[in-house]
Amino acid sequence: MSGYLVRRLMLLVLMLVLLSMAVFVLFSLLPADVARLSCGKACTPEIIEANRIRLGLDKSVIEQYWVFVKGIFAGRTYPEGGGPAALVCAAPCLGYSFRKNATVLQLIGERLPATIWLALGAFVLFMVVGMVTGVLAALRRGRWQDKSIMGVALLGYSLPSFFLGLVVLFFVIIRWKLLPYPSYVSPFENPEQFFKTMLLPWIVLAILYAAFYTRLTRSQMLETLGEDYIRTARAKGLPERTVVGKHALRAGLTPIVTAGGLDLAGLLGGAIITESVFSLPGIGSLAVSAVVDPDLPVLVGITLITAFFVIVANLIVDLLYAAIDPRVRVAA
Amino acid sequence: MNEVILSVDNLRVGFPTEDGVVQAVNGVSFELRRGQTLAIVGESGSGKSVTAQSILGLINRRTADISGKVIFQGQDIVAMPDKQLYRLRGAKMSMIFQDPMSSLHPYYRIGAQLIEAVRIHQRVSKQQAREQAIEMLRMVGIPAAERRVDDFPHQLSGGMRQRVMIAMALINSPALLIADEPTTALDVTVQASILELITQIQQTHDTAIIMITHDLGVVADVADDVVVMYGGSVVESAPVAEIFASPQMPYTLGLLASIPRLDRDPDRRLDPIPGNPPSLISPPAGCVFNPRCVYADRVDGNRCQSQLPELLPVSPVHSVRCHIPAAEREAIARSALSGLVIGAGDPA
Repeated sequence: MSGYLVRRLMLLVLMLVLLSMAVFVLFSLLPADVARLSCGKACTPEIIEANRIRLGLDKSVIEQYWVFVKGIFAGRTYPEGGGPAALVCAAPCLGYSFRKNATVLQLIGERLPATIWLALGAFVLFMVVGMVTGVLAALRRGRWQDKSIMGVALLGYSLPSFFLGLVVLFFVIIRWKLLPYPSYVSPFENPEQFFKTMLLPWIVLAILYAAFYTRLTRSQMLETLGEDYIRTARAKGLPERTVVGKHALRAGLTPIVTAGGLDLAGLLGGAIITESVFSLPGIGSLAVSAVVDPDLPVLVGITLITAFFVIVANLIVDLLYAAIDPRVRVAA
Repeated sequence: MNEVILSVDNLRVGFPTEDGVVQAVNGVSFELRRGQTLAIVGESGSGKSVTAQSILGLINRRTADISGKVIFQGQDIVAMPDKQLYRLRGAKMSMIFQDPMSSLHPYYRIGAQLIEAVRIHQRVSKQQAREQAIEMLRMVGIPAAERRVDDFPHQLSGGMRQRVMIAMALINSPALLIADEPTTALDVTVQASILELITQIQQTHDTAIIMITHDLGVVADVADDVVVMYGGSVVESAPVAEIFASPQMPYTLGLLASIPRLDRDPDRRLDPIPGNPPSLISPPAGCVFNPRCVYADRVDGNRCQSQLPELLPVSPVHSVRCHIPAAEREAIARSALSGLVIGAGDPA
């Protein structure tokens, strides 16, 4: 098992390296000229050229990548090599945004808490709601409980997030004034305002995602409830509650865990639309402004962070597999 | 004679589908006494497995139409509330299934599955339950049971898994064990030892057994009485020696004639029963077996095609569902089975 873990961690590092290369090459191929973009209003060809050298964009992509990687581990300066007016970006340096005059890491660090809270809260909500309704629907298959749960799930599944978000925002906050207009604060600073702000985004995301988990859980349960070992569990004299809640649910858990892990990772990379609708200062809204502005170093940073979350989530999901299914442990 | 512990009376099980009701079991009756073995024989789709699962109350009463009576130790399983049923299942009556590869939960250690079976029905500590589990595994012939108890099902062979299933079914010393084709999925050599194990446990525990099978060799080995099922109904029932010596229903004859035999010309083809099992949604009119019965033309007035024969006794222990007159049936049986050495071993 520990050997497996070491191998997986090595693979994780390798994937991160390959991924950062791909991201770097991809963004360097964009027609946008960062030197031009970070130039400002009173722009002359000379300033652009000076910017280009300052940003290190006069070098080849390979050299730029090397400086970038070095920056992550040892920090870097703008321009490369230092100088009296050089900007210092300490390790781990993911780049510097000249549009916002801050390091990319600073920018992401400021935005990460809101995104993490949003993602975690929504995740707990949609997993619990999705799995409970899914199990219920499977148990009452074909009866009105099943039909109404699946009907609502279909509705939730097909609503676009911008629509649902705006409708909820409009009615709950603007029309009925049930909650104050969202304004993010840290939960450690003002828990009440935090919950009042996060409640609607959590619910909106939960509705959108829970629908998928309801359907997934229901179909998994229906499949496992037909298995021979479920009949064995019943033949032992186990009450139906235990048969379903223990034997069937555990057997059907694997795909739910997979999807859950990846969804959580995706949300940690920023729920772009929901964050924008509820003006949450998260990674998603940072990404939107970096696209609109455009601010390439920030985009590279966000892409890498998101990818990092997905890769780590994959690893955790695989480890959870082994915890759920003993046959995986042997194969590993 | 021991007391009757199970009596099935006119059991009917139908599954409503979009195409109509699948009448899987259509009026089945039989009795079973303590310590005896009843074999239910029939091809796939004859209703034998559904009958067995109804006895344990494993058929979902919401999705199936079940009627008739299954009286087990004086209580009617069919009308019993779920909670009462949970107390009987696994404790007083239990079941082993056809495919040991898929009948154990793949995610739990076999010890955990056995301990669970003990602790549903007995107020004992986990440690005591574990000791019982190890003891039971030892009894069913699992070597190094105290280590094997912590294995997962995938670490055991098919035969070992079936032994675990048997251990799990018998761990609460039930009065009734239903074995639904317990050896079908196993190697021939393993089959014999599993059957031996079951009969040995029956003798020490005085368990009544219902053995569901389509293997007449198994029937000859273990059964006291035989019920032959076809298309959801009992077509013949008799003590095992009589089924092999004087089968009366053409379907039973067909089953006996289709067994491969070592004492016959190896190049000779087997004698299968022509045709296919009947549709259970729209069964043939008259005798369910008539489309495949080669003797149907021996009955006057096309009664085989128009009138369902009743299951009538030909002796106090032998009943047959057939329109052909008894004397003629015996003649048919004699000529069809002439030259065959009936029965494997000593059926008595």
